[in-house]
Parts: sequence; C-alpha cells; structure tokens
Amino acid sequence: MMNNKFIKPVALKIVAFAIILIAPLYASASGGGALLQHAGNDVADVASLQRGARNFVNYCMGCHSAKYIRFSKLRDDLQLSDDQVQENLMFGAKTSDELMEISMAPADAERWFGQTPPDLTLIARSRGTDWVYSFLKSFYLDDRTATGTNNLLLPGASMPNVLWALQGQQEAVFHTTEKDGVVTEHFAEASYFEAFELVEPGAMSPEAFDQFVRDLVNFLDWAGTPEQLERQRLGIWVILFLFVFLIFAYLLKVDVWKDVK
Amino acid sequence: MSEDSGLSRRRFLNIATSVTGAVGAVAVAVPFISSWQPSARARALGAPVEVDISKLEDGAMMRVIWRGTPVSILKRSPEMLNRLENEQADLQDRDSKQEQQPAYAQNEYRSIKPELLVLISNCTHLGCVPTNRFEVAPADLGPDWVGGFFCPCHGSKFDLAGRVFSGVPAPLNLLVPPYRYVGDNVLIIGEDTEVAA
Amino acid sequence: MSSVEVTGESQGTRLLAWIDARFPLSKMMREHATEYYAGKNFNFWYVFGVLAFVVLIIQLWTGIFLTMNYKPAALDAFASVEYIMRDVEWGWLIRYMHSTGASAFFIVVYLHMFRAMLYGSYKNPRELLWLIGMLIYVALMAEGFLGYLLPWGQMSYWGAQVIISLFGAIPVVGDPLVEWIRGDYNISDITLNRFFALHVIAVPLALVMLVVMHILALHETGSNNPDGIEIKANKGPDGIPLDGIAFHPFYTAKDLVAIIIFLILFSAVIFFAPEMGGYFLEHANFEPANVLKTPEHIAPVWYFTPFYAILRAIPDKLGGVVLMGGAIIVLFFLPWIDRSKVKSIRYRGWGYKGALAVFSLSFLVLGVLGTLPAEGVYTTLARIFTFLYFGFFVYLYIYTGSEKGKPVPERLTYHG
Repeated sequence: MMNNKFIKPVALKIVAFAIILIAPLYASASGGGALLQHAGNDVADVASLQRGARNFVNYCMGCHSAKYIRFSKLRDDLQLSDDQVQENLMFGAKTSDELMEISMAPADAERWFGQTPPDLTLIARSRGTDWVYSFLKSFYLDDRTATGTNNLLLPGASMPNVLWALQGQQEAVFHTTEKDGVVTEHFAEASYFEAFELVEPGAMSPEAFDQFVRDLVNFLDWAGTPEQLERQRLGIWVILFLFVFLIFAYLLKVDVWKDVK
Repeated sequence: MSEDSGLSRRRFLNIATSVTGAVGAVAVAVPFISSWQPSARARALGAPVEVDISKLEDGAMMRVIWRGTPVSILKRSPEMLNRLENEQADLQDRDSKQEQQPAYAQNEYRSIKPELLVLISNCTHLGCVPTNRFEVAPADLGPDWVGGFFCPCHGSKFDLAGRVFSGVPAPLNLLVPPYRYVGDNVLIIGEDTEVAA
Repeated sequence: MSSVEVTGESQGTRLLAWIDARFPLSKMMREHATEYYAGKNFNFWYVFGVLAFVVLIIQLWTGIFLTMNYKPAALDAFASVEYIMRDVEWGWLIRYMHSTGASAFFIVVYLHMFRAMLYGSYKNPRELLWLIGMLIYVALMAEGFLGYLLPWGQMSYWGAQVIISLFGAIPVVGDPLVEWIRGDYNISDITLNRFFALHVIAVPLALVMLVVMHILALHETGSNNPDGIEIKANKGPDGIPLDGIAFHPFYTAKDLVAIIIFLILFSAVIFFAPEMGGYFLEHANFEPANVLKTPEHIAPVWYFTPFYAILRAIPDKLGGVVLMGGAIIVLFFLPWIDRSKVKSIRYRGWGYKGALAVFSLSFLVLGVLGTLPAEGVYTTLARIFTFLYFGFFVYLYIYTGSEKGKPVPERLTYHG
C-alpha cells in the first residue's frame, strides 16, 4: 500500500478535483467591504423587477441608457403586456423591439456632467449589486463640490443625488484625528467615515427608500444577466442527466474491467 | 449460464451508455443549431413596416424594404383595373389557387382593396427583381402585353396582379405579403389583417 | 450485384475491406485503440490528457459558433459579445462554454503536466513527447492571451497593454517590436483585428497539429505509468506486454467516466457560476475598453498569474521579463535537468518528493500573489517563492546526480 500513496478512493479524487475548481470562488475577496451594504435583492421576484424597471426608466434613463436590452425582452421576462411597456416604460422608443437607448447626445452629456453617463446594462455585473445599492444610498451634502453633493463610494462623483427628493438629504460624519495636540478634520475619506445623518426627510421613509433602491438594483441585476434564472433551471437538468449517464458509464467500466487482474 | 448473463449485462450496459450518450449529443446539438435562427435583432429588424400611402397617385408604384426584401405597392388606376379585368393572356394560376397570397387577398385583384396591390418583388423563379412594364404592347414584349412586371434575368412575365404567364420559367404568381390597413392611408406590411387590433 | 442474399454484417465487413484497401482505417484503429497497450495501473492523474482533448474539442466547436456573431472591430466588439449573450438564441450558453473552457483548459493542462512530474513521464524515451507538450502549453498561453483581447472590455484592453509592453524591455528592438505587434501607436482596432485572426485561425491550427504530433509521439513510445516501468520490457509469447491492456475497450470505458465527471463540474460552473467569482470572467471586463481610464487593479486571468508574480517580483523591467520567460523556458529542459534514472515518485527519494512539493507550492503561491496588488509583504513573498521556483531546477540537477531511491520492481503494481 505504501506504493499507492497517489491512488485514493474515487470519491476522494472527485472531491479533490472539485476543490481545485471551486476554490478560487471562495478565495475571491471583495474590496471596500466595510462601506458596502447588502442589497438583498431577488431576481425571481417579478413584482420587484417591475417596480425596478419603472424606477429605472423614471429616475435613471434621463441620462443613462441600457442599450443592450430590448423592450421586448423586458416585456417577456417581467411578465408585462405590450401596452404596459408602451405606456409606462417607453418614452422615446416606438416599437417594443427597440433597445433601451436614450436621446441625449454624448457631446451634451459631456458638457453638462463633464463625462458621458455610462450605459448601465452591465453595471451590476462590473460593480456588483451591493456596490450599486450602497452607491445610491451613499450621497451626502458637500458644499465643496459642484453638484452640492458627494458620494462616499465614488468621491467626486459627477452625478448629482437624483433620488434626494425621495431619500431626503443626508450629511456624512467623519472622524477627526488628533496628533500632537492638532485636531484634523477629514472630509470625503472613506477610512474616516462614521455615519450618515438625515438632515432633511424625503418623501419616503428610510424603509420605503431602501426598498425603492433594492427594486432598482434588482432590475439592474436582471439587466446584467437576464439569462440567469433560465440558466440555473436548465443547469439542474443538465447535471441530473449527466449523473444518469455517469451511472451507466461507471457500471460499464466496472464490467469491462472485471477481468483485469 | 453465468457467461450468458454476463454477456447480456455487458450488452445492456453498452446499449444504455450509447443511447444516453446519443441523447446527450442530440441535446448538445440543439442550442448550436438554434443559434442559427434569426436572432432577436434580426427579428427586430424584420418587424412589420408602417407605410404612408396618402401621396401615392393613380398608376404609381412605391417600394419599401421589409425583412430585407423589396415590397412593391402599386396603386392601380381604374384604367389599369379595367385592363386586368379584360385580360386574355394565358396565365398559369388565374384564380390564385396556389398559396402565394394571404386568404384575404385571394381574389381577382389579389389585394384587399382592388386598386392597391402589395407584392414581394422577388421573382418566383430565382429571386431577381422584375421591372415595371405598365405600358400596353411595347415593341419588345409584343402586342399581347397589357402591362405588368417583366423579370430581366430569365424573361418571366407577370400581369398587373402579379400573376405569372404561361410559358415562362417562373412557376408561381408573385408573393403577396401579409399586410393590413390602419386607417385609409396607412399600411402595415408584415402583419395579417386577421390580427388587427 | 450478385443474386446471393447478403447479410448486414457481411455488407459491413465488405465496406470495411473496401475502405481498408484505400485508407488504413482498421490499421489505425488497431494501432491507436484496440491494440495500443497501456499499463493497467493508470490512476486519477492519467485522465487529464483525454480531458484536455475534450476541452480542445469544446473550444474549437464553441469558438467556431462564436465567430459567426462576433465582430472584430473596436467599435463593435464589446456590443457584439453582448449581442451574443442576449440576442442570439442560446448565445449565452455558447459563450459561457467558451469562457469556462478557457480556464478548464489550463486546469487540466496544469494537472497533466504535474502528472508528468510525479511519474517522470518526460524521461527517456519520452523527451520529445514532453517538448511537444511544452509547445502545446506555450501555444495555449498565446491562444488564451490573444482571445482575452477580443471582448474588448477594460481588462482585455489593459491586460493586452501590459503584456505587449513587456516586449519593450528587449534591448534595441523592443520599442519598434511593440509597435509592430500592435500595428499602431497604441492598442487599437488594428491590433484587435490581427489578434482575432491569430486567435481563430493561426494558433488553433498550430494547436491541432501539435496535439496530433503529441499523440503520435505518445503512441510511438507507449504510455508511461505510475510505476514508471516500461511495460514493453515484459512481453508475453504473443508479443503483448504482460502488464498492458488495450486502450479500447479498457481505457475508453474508464476515460468516459472521467469525462462525464469533468462535464458535471464543467456544467456546474457554466450554469451556476460562469464568472467563477471574477476569476473566469473578470468583473472589470464588463466595462467597455476605455483608453482614458486604467482599472484600479490590473491582474491577468488566473492561469497567467504565477508568471505575472515572477515578473513583478523583479524591480527591473528587463530582468522581470527575462525571468518570466525563463520560468517557462526552463520547463523545456526538465528531461535533462532531472538526471534520475528512476521515473516514478513512488521509488524516488524524499529529496525529490519534498522538492516537488515545494515547487508545486511555489507555483500555487505565486499564482495567488499574481492576483494581489504588488506591495509590501506580497512583493517579499513573491521574491521568496520565485527563488524557490528556480531553486527547484538547480537543486534537481545537483540532487539527481546521486539520488538514493527505493528499488524499482520488475512488474507493475496493481491491486484490482
């Protein structure tokens, strides 16, 4: 048996191989963890997606496109009717086969905001849902900026707090540090951040606002990977099928090998 | 006995594994074959086309592109309709029995409204676009010609309803696409009249 | 046709005879399958060759279908990938198969190479087999690098920027060379277009030819086995190795099981974690390439990170490039650096077992370090493990001059 240190039971080999494949997944560390709040959205929640689509169209699509999404895909996945899409979600577009593009010219955008507002189709994929959720909740009053607001996750953000009427206005409290008797105040630096303080209530309660943002993030999650639910449903069947195949193939292997001594 | 059962076991496992593998192979082929279907973009680009015909005069024709193919819209004048009604030519399918038009266009004018003809302008022979020859008895087409379409590629002839003459290579009448009216002067090409909202 | 009733079987036999008179079909089947004998004691480590072959087929097949919808132009590339993901029927599946396949390729190839180091599969008479295999590995790295530019995301762009710039470290010709590779003053549409051509035609063609050569070389020498004993040394009266079994049906049946297990894991990634936490598909690559903005943290895809860590460990551009290249080139010489007559780790001394463990650990640690920012303790660690990586080869050459192992048995060990 000493010679067989590399021959181990089949099960163990499979587990070992699985770990090799899966390990990177758990090793992945997400940056800026402390400032991120958990979005807690659920892409299977169609009602939330519908609300999120409405929120997106009303509050984001003035400046941001979602140009890889077709209204028809939105209609089908969000279980809406053509009329619902046409009345509530389509303003510039004429037919539901069109993409969620916007009419703002990039040159205008650059003049107004200093840069072109990015397309948001894939924002939840590139930044993560938690980041988008937290970003939208991390605007605070800062009179040192051109927009009058700043963002804790994206300091110097050229985007104003579009949702302030719903959320209200908040201020950010930062630590002061003391060194050799000199007290230093800090601004806009995440590492000195302590808390937000709501100084002017908005139209929504904090809970209602959280839900508003969650729905919006949910919509963006769907927008980034609209195939995800179908993919997971199908994946279960594919893997079940492969297990059946495995049983036959394994029994065949044992039968073929039974005389090898 | 035991050797027999051993063999049949092997046989069973061979068949079971092969069949499962074949099923898997077919299942894997499905997405790849489906990926050649018109994509969502192709379907969007092939969506029904809205046409305003208010400016189309009697005897004039306009073309629009639907699903990448030219569609002719001919407004036949009363005189043209008259020629059509008295036509003596030898036609392959005078009564439009072949399914080259939607049911609502299966009449002697091959159209919903007698004057307005909508046709896909690809010859049913090999897909060339026939030219408009609406005049009567031109020199090159002979004294029997009462106006219609002439395909320059292989000489197929069609009348003012897109019906094919006998003795030409094209086997079928020109195709009438699905279309419907929204109001008097707006056509939607690509949507059937039945599904009118 | 004669009037004699012909049964299906004899018709098949006749067809085969007709073909065999014109093409060596039966002969090839015998030489490469039914009468190709391999040691009967292959273990877990021996499945990765066939798995690499399976992944190659997956990559070629899905790649062909991706080219049907992908557009190799800077203005269209990113959008065409999203078009595949959304508008093309099943496009997402085809794309995820290809992106997961790329990582799977490297996983199985690294394990395949590790197997060779465990059992001395590169040793006499299989040196050429190893060299061809190394060429496959280099071609595979080129293929991975070229393909990574194609989605034209932020990581595609800046990854290519960093790697192409490495050539600039070469004295004298460096800068003109970099410009020649890019075909422009910066990475552009032109670069993308030529990378596309190389990725879909040139390198795959080379890969397929190298794989054929690899298999031919293998079948010339015969497979090694976990005992590292040549089974051809003990033949029966019929000329068949006593410890050998035919590739078909024995190893076809066994490999099929391995392939299915692999496909289960492969499917698990495709259907449930296609991004694999940002390692198979990097998050920043979902942003279109932006010439004005470098991502905060650039790391190559995971399969390049060990070499990337070596590159960054050296505080000198040329030195880093040379060392990184050396880390790959040194592997070509392994058959001559390892002077031990004993092939299998089972009969080699602790000096080798320990060294191989340290080497493998170094490779893994460097791989992890390559994904982390190059600062502070990480740089120190990268230097230590770079030293260990190269130290392995120096040590191996010296140690194997006088290695004391265990006696190698005459026949294979096999326990049913």
